[in-house]
Amino acid sequence: MEAQQESIAALEAEIRELQASLQRKKDELHSLKQSTVTAGKLTNNDIARYSRQIILPQVTVAGQLKLKASSVLIVGAGGLGCPAGLYLASAGIGELGIVDYDTVEVNNLHRQVLHSELTLNLPKAQSARAALQQINSQLKVRTYEVQLKSENALEILQPYDIVLDCTDNVATRYLLNDACVLLKKPLVSGSALQFEGQLTIYNYNGGPCYRCIFPTPPPPETVTNCGDGGVLGAVTGVIGSLQALEAVKVLLKLDGTLAGRLLIFDGTASSFRNVKLRPRREDCAVCSAKATITKLIDYEQFCGMRASDKDMALKVLQSDERISVEDLKSIRDSRKPHLVIDVRNPLEFEICHIEGSVNIPLKQIIEDKGLDDLKQRTSGGIPVFVFCRRGNDSQLAVKHLRKKLEGVAEAKDVVGGLHAWHYRIDNNFPIY
Amino acid sequence: MGGTDLPLVLEFGGGAELLFDNVKKRQVTLDGSKTWKIKELLGWIRDNLLRERPELFLQNDSVRPGILVLVNDADWELLGELEYELQPNDNVLFISTLHGG
Ligand SMILES: [Zn+2]
Repeated sequence: MEAQQESIAALEAEIRELQASLQRKKDELHSLKQSTVTAGKLTNNDIARYSRQIILPQVTVAGQLKLKASSVLIVGAGGLGCPAGLYLASAGIGELGIVDYDTVEVNNLHRQVLHSELTLNLPKAQSARAALQQINSQLKVRTYEVQLKSENALEILQPYDIVLDCTDNVATRYLLNDACVLLKKPLVSGSALQFEGQLTIYNYNGGPCYRCIFPTPPPPETVTNCGDGGVLGAVTGVIGSLQALEAVKVLLKLDGTLAGRLLIFDGTASSFRNVKLRPRREDCAVCSAKATITKLIDYEQFCGMRASDKDMALKVLQSDERISVEDLKSIRDSRKPHLVIDVRNPLEFEICHIEGSVNIPLKQIIEDKGLDDLKQRTSGGIPVFVFCRRGNDSQLAVKHLRKKLEGVAEAKDVVGGLHAWHYRIDNNFPIY
Repeated sequence: MGGTDLPLVLEFGGGAELLFDNVKKRQVTLDGSKTWKIKELLGWIRDNLLRERPELFLQNDSVRPGILVLVNDADWELLGELEYELQPNDNVLFISTLHGG
C-alpha cells in the first residue's frame, strides 16, 4: 500500500513538471501566433471559425470585428466566471481580463468548469487562462492574481469595455458597482445559490445601479455563501452562460438587454422570471446627481462583512491589539474582571460559545447598537476580549470598538478565535 | 362571500422561503371589506405566516435590506412601495438577493 502511495505521488509530481513545461511551450506558441493577429479585419481563419455567428443578422462581419476589438473583465474565475469566460473566448472577444486571487480547490470542480484535476492548487486565474487559450489561441488574456480592493479596482477596471460580476460576496459586489459607476462602465451582474440564480445589467442604458435597488447592504446573518448553502454546478452554468450572452449583446449594442430588468432562475421548477426594476433613484448615493460617494470607500466596513466567501487569515490589527488564547485563559483562571464578546450571528452562538460570553453580532457593533450599555459594562477600564469563529470578524469588531471605547476600556481580538480555543485550550469545545 | 374576499398569491424566493416553512408559493385570502396596502399585508404576514425571527424578514415596518418586493412582476417602488393598494389576484413576490457564485 505504502509503496503504491509513493509511486502515485512520484508520478503526480512528474506530471506536474511536464505540465509546467508544456505550458511554457504553449505560451511561446501563443505569443508567436499573437503576432499574426490582424487588427481591423477578419482573417480567413476568423471567417471560417465564427461563420455560424457571423451569418446572424444581429452579428454580421461588422459585429464580429467589434467583438474582436473588445475587451471584457471577468471578476471571479469561479462557478459563474468559468462558463462566462468559455463562451466569450469562443465567441472571438479580443481580450479578456481575469481577476481571482484564489487557487483551485477540489470542492470547486463540480461547477468551475475551466479548472480540472490537473490544475488543482494552481492560481485560478492561471488555470482559467490556460484553458481559454487552449480553446482559442488568438485570445489575449491578462490575469490579476489579487483581491479586488478599493485601492486597485479603478486601475484594473479602467482598460475594459465591460465588467462581469462573477464574485461571491456582498462587499465586492458594492465595490464593483461603485467602481463601474465612477468609470461609466456597464456591469453584468450574476449570482447563484443552491438551485437559484439572478442576473441583470447595472449602470447601462439609463438603467439603475446596484445601489439604486439595494441602498443598504443586507444584515450579515441573512447572507449565505456557496460554502455554507451549497450550489448546483448546472445552475451557475446557466447564469454564467447568460452573462456571456448579455455581454455580447452590450458589445454589439443590441436591444433587449437585461438593463432595468432582473432575470430570476429557479432550477427546481426550471422556471425563468423576468421582472421590471425601478429606474435610477434620484437620490442614489453613487449614480445620481446627489451622489455622496465620489470615490471608493471601505466596503468591508460598509457591509459589516468580509470581501470573501471563506475564512482566511485577515490581519488588520497591530499585535498589541490582540491576545493569544493562552493569555486569555490565564486571565480567566485568575478571575480578574473582564468581558468576553462573541461577534458571530446568534444561530452560530447557539451552536457553541465560551462560558459567560456576550453575543453582539459584528453588524450591531459596526452600527454602534448597544454602545452605551457596553460603555457602562466596561467603565473603569474592564478589558474586553472579542471572539468569532476563526478570528477575522473579531478583528473588524475590535478595530471599530477601540475607537468607540477610547478612554473607557481597551478591546483586544482573540487570535484565531474559537478554532484556536478548541485546538490549544479545550479539545472538548465543539468545532464547526 | 366572493365580493368581499381579496385573493392574493404570495411567493417567496432566493432563500426568503426558508422563513415560511420552505413554501415558495401560497394562495391567501384577505378580508376584502377593507382596503389593504402592502404595509398592512406585511403586518398580516408577520402575524399569520412568519414563524420565527421576524427580523430576518422585516425591519422598521418594511422588508429588511436585501429583499426585493415585486407586484405582478414589477418592482414595488414603481407602484408606491408600502402605500400600494392591493388588488384582487395580485401576485406579490418577495425575493432575497443572492450573492454567491
Ligand atoms: Zn444608483
